[in-house]
Amino acid sequence: MANAAKMQVTDEVAIQITAMNKWYGQFHVLRDINMTVNRGERIVVCGPSGSGKSTLIRCINRLEEHQAGTIIVDGTELTSDLKNIDKVRSEVGMVFQHFNLFPHLTILENLTLAPIWVRKTPKREAEETAMYFLEKVKIPEQALKYPGQLSGGQQQRVAIARSLCMKPRIMLFDEPTSALDPEMIKEVLDTMISLAEDGMTMICVTHEMGFAQAVANRVVFMDQGQIVEQNEPKEFFANPKSDRTKLFLSQILGH
Amino acid sequence: MSNSHFVRTQILPAQKPPVGQTGVIKWMRENLFSSWFNTILTFIGLWAVYALISSSAPWFLNGVWTASSVDECRAIIAASAGEGASGACWAMINERWHQFMFGFFDREEYWRPLLAFALLFVALSPVLYFNLRRPTMIMTGGAGAVLVVLLWAVGTDGWHLSLAAAVMAALAVLAWVAPKQLLWATLAFPATAFFLLWGGSVWAPIGVMAGFGIAVLVWRGLQGLIGVTPAAAVAAFAACVWWGFLQTYVTTVLAQALPYFSLPAEDSDRFGGFLLSFVIGVSAISASLPIGILLALGRRSDMFLIKTLSVGFIEFVRGVPLITMLFTASLLLQYFLPPQTNFDLILRVIILVSLFASAYIAEVIRGGLAALPRGQQEAADSLGLDYWQAQRLIIMPQALKVAIPGIVSSFIGLFKDTTLVALVGLADPLQGITKVVKADIAWKAAYWEPFIFVGAIFFIFCFSMSRYSMYLEQKLKTDHR
Repeated sequence: MANAAKMQVTDEVAIQITAMNKWYGQFHVLRDINMTVNRGERIVVCGPSGSGKSTLIRCINRLEEHQAGTIIVDGTELTSDLKNIDKVRSEVGMVFQHFNLFPHLTILENLTLAPIWVRKTPKREAEETAMYFLEKVKIPEQALKYPGQLSGGQQQRVAIARSLCMKPRIMLFDEPTSALDPEMIKEVLDTMISLAEDGMTMICVTHEMGFAQAVANRVVFMDQGQIVEQNEPKEFFANPKSDRTKLFLSQILGH
Repeated sequence: MSNSHFVRTQILPAQKPPVGQTGVIKWMRENLFSSWFNTILTFIGLWAVYALISSSAPWFLNGVWTASSVDECRAIIAASAGEGASGACWAMINERWHQFMFGFFDREEYWRPLLAFALLFVALSPVLYFNLRRPTMIMTGGAGAVLVVLLWAVGTDGWHLSLAAAVMAALAVLAWVAPKQLLWATLAFPATAFFLLWGGSVWAPIGVMAGFGIAVLVWRGLQGLIGVTPAAAVAAFAACVWWGFLQTYVTTVLAQALPYFSLPAEDSDRFGGFLLSFVIGVSAISASLPIGILLALGRRSDMFLIKTLSVGFIEFVRGVPLITMLFTASLLLQYFLPPQTNFDLILRVIILVSLFASAYIAEVIRGGLAALPRGQQEAADSLGLDYWQAQRLIIMPQALKVAIPGIVSSFIGLFKDTTLVALVGLADPLQGITKVVKADIAWKAAYWEPFIFVGAIFFIFCFSMSRYSMYLEQKLKTDHR
């Protein structure tokens, strides 16, 4: 199924998280997170709700601030320095649960906005890139419509294309299929799988275990703000080590 | 049993609705006579409309347009409609309309406010219609045509009439050829209008505009070096230095070297009527929107000082009646300014009315901002847009769209509130000018006519604003819900 030749994981470090902690007021939401992501790796993060998995990936492009430890993305450490933050954000694409397309702009404008304003790409070139990625997610004919005219699955594919237009080196997915109808989940997952086949470094928060088995080379299980267990998907699903993981898997795979 | 495996092999075609469910009859049945209660209400409503019209129509229909005093009006009405009939004495408006419109402006110079008024529409057209060629062109051309008629009606001399017509024709051509370039006319409008209205040397308004030009140049030059916000601060400082120290000197020298371009000066105490209302209304509306946007953003800022200042300003200004602000403008402000500065009263009123309106606009916009999902800001952040880019490209277009009805409401309120300047001795159209006109013994007995006339004109402009806002809402509607 997956194109193994391109999906090589390299030794180069893409993201390095060391002893990272985060609090919301008094609440200790992320506890001593240590994690290294190599270039080309595809990681699925799962866990019960409230386990901190969304917060973790939102820390990677600093939509959330961490209070202790370090996060180094592509050699740039995330501090309160706005220049570093903007640099990291333009290298890291993010796809949200609720798509977050810009409803006042057409699909094409949604895709070209950041390349034009952040990368200073000429408009013509940005539009060509945008059409290329729209074709890649298989909806070039929707380019001149507004997000409100598209189905949820189409909107999410546009959101993926929008991130890709910035030519990111890392993609973060925050429950990309949770807000979709069952019929539309597949089209979004197919898009993500083809992205994985192209060798993109990806971190996906998702409950789609089929996707994890098909493309992930590591599954990270989180509970109560900590990484409880991580392993290769085959091993993770067949022989979960901790009791908490076993319980979680029995609940989501049990029916 | 046979039904348990029902499978439809064909999708049924759509059918027409039953008869009686469409058309006028259906509408009347649903909206006017849906129940006995509704039927009674319909008849009461019809009766009320009839009573209103039958009692007021004769007054309007008996109206007299040419007479030299209210007594003469009454005599004419008594002669034509019978003794005891009531009628309007529009002759008063006919005689004194120019005061309602222009206050005490020189009659020879009426072409100046009229040209400024037409240019206002030219300046507005690219902003209101997004540089679209057709509406921009129609608005510019229409303003030009109306201007020529008005100029002719007020008896402008041929030279100024053809000058104004030529300017408007050139702008209409520009609107057709390059509608985007019309924005330059918009930028130049404040100085142009000031020059036309107050007269004097052309270099004074150009000097003030040059301050903005300097600010923009400094900002552009420094923005890449020290960042957007510090560059804006330096630019504002540079502009203040220009206005405070250099401008007077430079414009005086220029006025002496090139004394050709000047118009007879009109002092502020000659302004009155709708001319005054428009000067204050238009200036305050165009100043309060950008200030309001900044205040709304400031109120949501993470920076403590900016947030506190914004909240403090908004709450203070909203907590004080406009009339207090106007008295401040007319009396107090002079004490706070350095000695020898003689700020024009109209300018002071404009500044305080703008600040007053901007506090309200800020809150309306904050409502629009609050209506946006947080995801919009996050999506903009995740794409690497910086704060100002995100606000300008993503947040504000959506927030302003949500806030349109509230913003336009505030604008309409502000425009009507310009009549309050009567309280600080300015001749607003409603009270100030009416008082002046009724000081004439011939028109002393008129009561309703001036109010109806002024009210009708206010209504035309306020209603247009409201219709425009509906057009805008329709136009910007992209959510397809």
